[in-house]
Amino acid sequence: MPETLSRNSHLSVIESGIEPAAVALQDVVFERQGKALVDGLNLTLSAHGTTVLMGPNGAGKSLTLRIMAGLITPGHGKIRWNGTETLPSQRVALVFQKPVLLRRSVRANLKHALKIYGVPRSEQGQRLEELLEMGHLKELADRPARVLSGGEQQRVALVRALAARPKLLLLDEPTASLDPQATAAIEDLIRTAAASGAKVLLVTHDRGQAQRLADEIVFLNHGRVTEVTSAAQFFDAPRSREGRTYLSGHLLF
Amino acid sequence: MKSRSLSLLLATAFAGSLTLGQVSADDRFIIVQSTTSTQNSGLYDALLPQFAAKTGIEVRVVAVGTGQAIKNAQNCDGDVLLVHAKASEEKFVAAGYGVSRADVMYNDFVIVGPASDPAGISGSGDVKSALTAIKQAGAPFASRGDDSGTHKKELALWKAAGIDPSGDSGSWYRETGSGMGATLNVAVGMNAYVMTDRATWIAFENKGDYAIAVEGDDAMFNQYGIIQVSPDACPRVKADLGQTFIDWVLSKEGQTAIADYKRDGQQLFFPNAGEQPNS
Amino acid sequence: MQDFGAAFGQAFALIAGFDPALMEIIGLSMRVTFTAVVIACVIGLPLGAVLAVGKFPGRATLVVLISALMGLPPVVVGLAVYMMLSAAGPLGVLQLLYTPTAMIIAQSILVTPIIAALTRQVIEDMHGEYDELLRSMGSRRLSTVATLLWDARYSLLTAALAGLGRALAEVGAVMIVGGNINHVTRVMTTAIALETSKGALALALGLGIILVGLSILVNAGLMGLRKSAERLAYA
Repeated sequence: MPETLSRNSHLSVIESGIEPAAVALQDVVFERQGKALVDGLNLTLSAHGTTVLMGPNGAGKSLTLRIMAGLITPGHGKIRWNGTETLPSQRVALVFQKPVLLRRSVRANLKHALKIYGVPRSEQGQRLEELLEMGHLKELADRPARVLSGGEQQRVALVRALAARPKLLLLDEPTASLDPQATAAIEDLIRTAAASGAKVLLVTHDRGQAQRLADEIVFLNHGRVTEVTSAAQFFDAPRSREGRTYLSGHLLF
Repeated sequence: MKSRSLSLLLATAFAGSLTLGQVSADDRFIIVQSTTSTQNSGLYDALLPQFAAKTGIEVRVVAVGTGQAIKNAQNCDGDVLLVHAKASEEKFVAAGYGVSRADVMYNDFVIVGPASDPAGISGSGDVKSALTAIKQAGAPFASRGDDSGTHKKELALWKAAGIDPSGDSGSWYRETGSGMGATLNVAVGMNAYVMTDRATWIAFENKGDYAIAVEGDDAMFNQYGIIQVSPDACPRVKADLGQTFIDWVLSKEGQTAIADYKRDGQQLFFPNAGEQPNS
Repeated sequence: MQDFGAAFGQAFALIAGFDPALMEIIGLSMRVTFTAVVIACVIGLPLGAVLAVGKFPGRATLVVLISALMGLPPVVVGLAVYMMLSAAGPLGVLQLLYTPTAMIIAQSILVTPIIAALTRQVIEDMHGEYDELLRSMGSRRLSTVATLLWDARYSLLTAALAGLGRALAEVGAVMIVGGNINHVTRVMTTAIALETSKGALALALGLGIILVGLSILVNAGLMGLRKSAERLAYA
């Protein structure tokens, strides 16, 4: 599978700077009932690697993901994809904390996704087998998706997101309600996706998971980025006061 | 899979409407606009198979009140009209909707009532005094109230008795706005007198303790007439088939068939085609 | 007077004897009703789904209107269809009055709002669950509607059954546009009305019992189908 995913995962290098940027959020503001939930967010993500978005509840992490997925239109600010303001032809895929699977078999769920993502009919069969293989879902393929265990459901949801061959994979606490074994399976899939060239943006409260997966940590508080640090640096000594407080287990205000 | 089941659904619907459409594709039928009294008495069930066997023409009877039957025929929704309100029928012909009118058969109207006989009219042969007694007693009386032939006749009888029951509508005078059978059911349900044609009464199966109270008055004569709907007024009317039916009904064979129709050993309709000049 | 025992006896005798006239009437009832419900589904399902998913001016008004039309009196529909199909009416040339097709048209009109309104409710609930997912996948509106309709298929069966019940039970519309013509447009409900007006109450009630029995059979069959199929797809 890594081969299949990497086939068209070469991003052109644009914008000045050391690293090519996949997506940049500029002064993004989102308000609900007069309260700024995302408050002047500036964030530039490189085209590759895994970025973990951390921060206390209500910091605006999920909202940020939804804005990037195009589900929410921000009140102010811009999102630039490869330097342009139009959504890229490459895909952005979003995986929710609680997987939403169609009332169909696992196979039919994936087939539906391939169809929506515009995969030619002639290729769908092969891609389907690849996806089932990738998620270790072969034995479950004909089971109704919604009677699977939580971990199995999340695997289906993640593999379905990968059916898009996304350039940017957004994950909103995908393992928050899973046991360690299921979590490990999901993390394996995330690594596979990242290795195949997709940019991964993961929201998690699981410090261990962040350490296992992150190249870079973005810390968010009150709808603003307080720091962007390499993972090693962040868990050793966070630069922002908010990051330090969060890691020490204190409440942030 | 999705599209397959949808197309299956559509195909089913299409096939369904096709097969149903074929029912009406056969043109060897006519529509007769007629009255509930003739249908409820079972006359057509006896008559029409004989006609169909002889001519191969299917007769489709729409049984409604005479008023509605005439209205439907004016809308060209019928080929032949067989009803019982002579004045209205003649108006229909005079207005150009019908070719001509012919007498077919007759019977008579009767007033039936409960065994308790609250107006004391049982056995009467005088409809005027019977209606007067009903009014004076304030005994419940169920009227068709639907502009049917029977209803028109009933109104004419009240008028002849010098009574206008419309003012008492809702108290003792109760208009059902329904067909003959339905009105009989209502009347039996509330112990009301009701005027009905004899044929429907004899065939009626829900008599309870009801019996004929008033009969035999010449004023209660009930004449049925048959009219070919005019092809001039209604270009699509099946004049040939309709005329074949009318000719048969008026023929010796048709008239005998009418006379032979009996319920409980009683003759319901008395053929009288040609006995009086058409007027 | 009303002898319920006699009614059950009549019903049983008619069924046991495979009374040919009864079978013909039952057959026509089923054909008219099923065809009308299928047509109503073909129109009502997408209509309801579009109302659930779509955002366009007048949507709220349309939703209210269709809900209100669920209570359309059959007699009014029958009268309107009569006036359209009458030889004196605008569609008179089609010569459909007093045919089963006319009855199908009238019942389709009666049933479509029911199916559309119930579909809208079902699809709206499911859309709440699927909306973010499908939008994040970039699903186009038409394909969203198709996805929702397919995934709600078992719930929508209930909508179809509601429509079926309405069509099978109504007499006002088919009486006017069908004319209750023996062997042509006589169905269960109009036969019941006719036998009632003949005063043959036991027979009428017997027919009614058979109609209820048929309705139970159809519902049980479809619900059973739903139950077994649902296990394959639903959590």
